[in-house]
Amino acid sequence: MKYDVAVIGGGPAGLAAAIKASLSGASVILIEREARLGGILKQCIHDGFGVVRFGEKLSGPEYADRFIKQLRQTNVQVSLFSFVTSTVQDGDLYKITYVCKDGVQHVECDNIILATGCRERTRNGIFIHGDRCAGVYTAGAAQNLVNILGAVPGKKVVILGSGDIGLIMARRLTLEGAKVVGVYEAKPTPSGLTRNIHQCLNDFDIPLHLSSTVTKVLGTTRLERVEISRVDEQMRPIAGTEQIVDCDCLVLAVGLIPENEIARGLKVPLDPKTKGAIVDQNCQTLRNGIYACGNALHVNDLVDYVSESGETAGGAVQSRDKRVLRKIETEGKLLYVVPQRLDVNAPLDKVVMYFRASEELTDQRLTVTAGDEVVFTKNYAKLLPPEMERVVVNFNKAHTLDDFVVRLEDK
Amino acid sequence: MEMVCIVCPNGCRLNVTEQDGRVSVSGNKCKRGETFAVAELTNPTRSVTTSVKTTVAGYPVVSVKTDGEIPKSKIFDLMELCGKIIVTKPLPIGSVVAEDLFGTGVNLITTTDMEETNE
Ligand SMILES: Cc1cc2nc3c(=O)[nH]c(=O)nc-3n(C[C@H](O)[C@H](O)[C@H](O)COP(=O)(O)OP(=O)(O)OC[C@H]3O[C@@H](n4cnc5c(N)ncnc54)[C@H](O)[C@@H]3O)c2cc1C
Repeated sequence: MKYDVAVIGGGPAGLAAAIKASLSGASVILIEREARLGGILKQCIHDGFGVVRFGEKLSGPEYADRFIKQLRQTNVQVSLFSFVTSTVQDGDLYKITYVCKDGVQHVECDNIILATGCRERTRNGIFIHGDRCAGVYTAGAAQNLVNILGAVPGKKVVILGSGDIGLIMARRLTLEGAKVVGVYEAKPTPSGLTRNIHQCLNDFDIPLHLSSTVTKVLGTTRLERVEISRVDEQMRPIAGTEQIVDCDCLVLAVGLIPENEIARGLKVPLDPKTKGAIVDQNCQTLRNGIYACGNALHVNDLVDYVSESGETAGGAVQSRDKRVLRKIETEGKLLYVVPQRLDVNAPLDKVVMYFRASEELTDQRLTVTAGDEVVFTKNYAKLLPPEMERVVVNFNKAHTLDDFVVRLEDK
Repeated sequence: MEMVCIVCPNGCRLNVTEQDGRVSVSGNKCKRGETFAVAELTNPTRSVTTSVKTTVAGYPVVSVKTDGEIPKSKIFDLMELCGKIIVTKPLPIGSVVAEDLFGTGVNLITTTDMEETNE
């Protein structure tokens, strides 16, 4: 079979991309490895999704459902239980191989939209020493066990990481009858929203230990204890501060990384800062016809922006204009800026740019320039790395469409 | 006294003072902050999201939420009630699985569409 577009991944990014591409007249196949659409949202049963887009606090499954219902109104061909194993270029076309109930299948397409989401860092990823016992889970795995499979992974739980996912799991496991002995965070400040510190920890008297981390896991077959150490400003454990905490479950909520196996296979250049593909304002990568959106592009904290990037990618696939790409440089305390390129042959009036500050900053000014012309500025009283910022820039104001720089500096 | 509003992700830091039974609030970006602060002092409420068991293939549990807020003190009573509920047929999203929780008029509704194909 041949399609105009193959969307890989049926989470919020893939759903939005498939809907938009189909509405623009493209023939679309959506390939998802799991039994149902919705991606990670299926297991994010807490509320707080869709505040920007719908002005409502929806739960993850409810947010996904709005898009799934819309998708069912389109001609998008949905292939579930289908795991994409390889993608290769074959002349002007891309050839996708996936494994499903009918065995190994192939489809051909002009465009690929990568919407494969992200992966969680594991125990190996952050180098925790100790025994190889059962009872150590990533937060997403624990969330899947509780919210999809209905099984609680432990009775006495230690959570490492104070990002929103760790906080939400602390509350969830408490509600399901587990005792959460504490949430430990290596940084001196919590990473999650203040709102979640209150409604997930304080409401349930769950202690939060800052500047502390798990340095060892101990247990013969099942986890029995963890060793906790205080850490210094460089986040190095301080000798002599070790403390043993009894628990049968350790939940690691220590960060997410874009999933880019397929992009790597297609030799799509990645940005070392985002760990996702380098893209232009239409989410097209440096390889023509390959797009990336959602958490596969860069890890988002709000699903509303995930859907937005999916729509951008899906809406752009029908365009056949030749691209003229210019680099967007970054200066100052910026962790990253997406997009990293500007296609000056494509519409430039409403370019959506996402960025994160590299550290906690106050009284900052963001400036976007083209040559020595300023095309956009915005002031920020406060910037925090866990909170992604979004701006819309009109590059049509610029007389010379080159030498683009995004700069963050003290006001 | 200081308080963090949990109504939306802004998480405004509220300064709440009480004098002669009158509560005054500052630091809130919107009206909901004031309502929240008054409720926290008199009758703190929360909306709850959790899951209940089902006997439907492919759904060991189904996600549910309170369609409004219930008293914070009733959260664990609600969890006990949820432990007793078993859904026996595929329900569309938004189906009521428990009515009028603790006399509040708030219902417990499903948040996943169990009729969505599970091919
Ligand atoms: C635990 C957690 C809590 C969160 N809480 C909030 C919140 O409160 N509010 C908020 O706004 N946002 C929240 N987020 C963020 C938001 O949910 C995510 O950013 C968003 O769901 C990402 O969407 P996505 O489509 O990019 O990826 P995903 O939802 O991960 O979807 C990717 C899909 O691709 C599929 N896939 C991957 N590889 C392949 C392959 N090779 N073949 C076929 N299919 C494949 C996967 O099965 C999956 O379905 C949370 C995220 C997590 C992980």
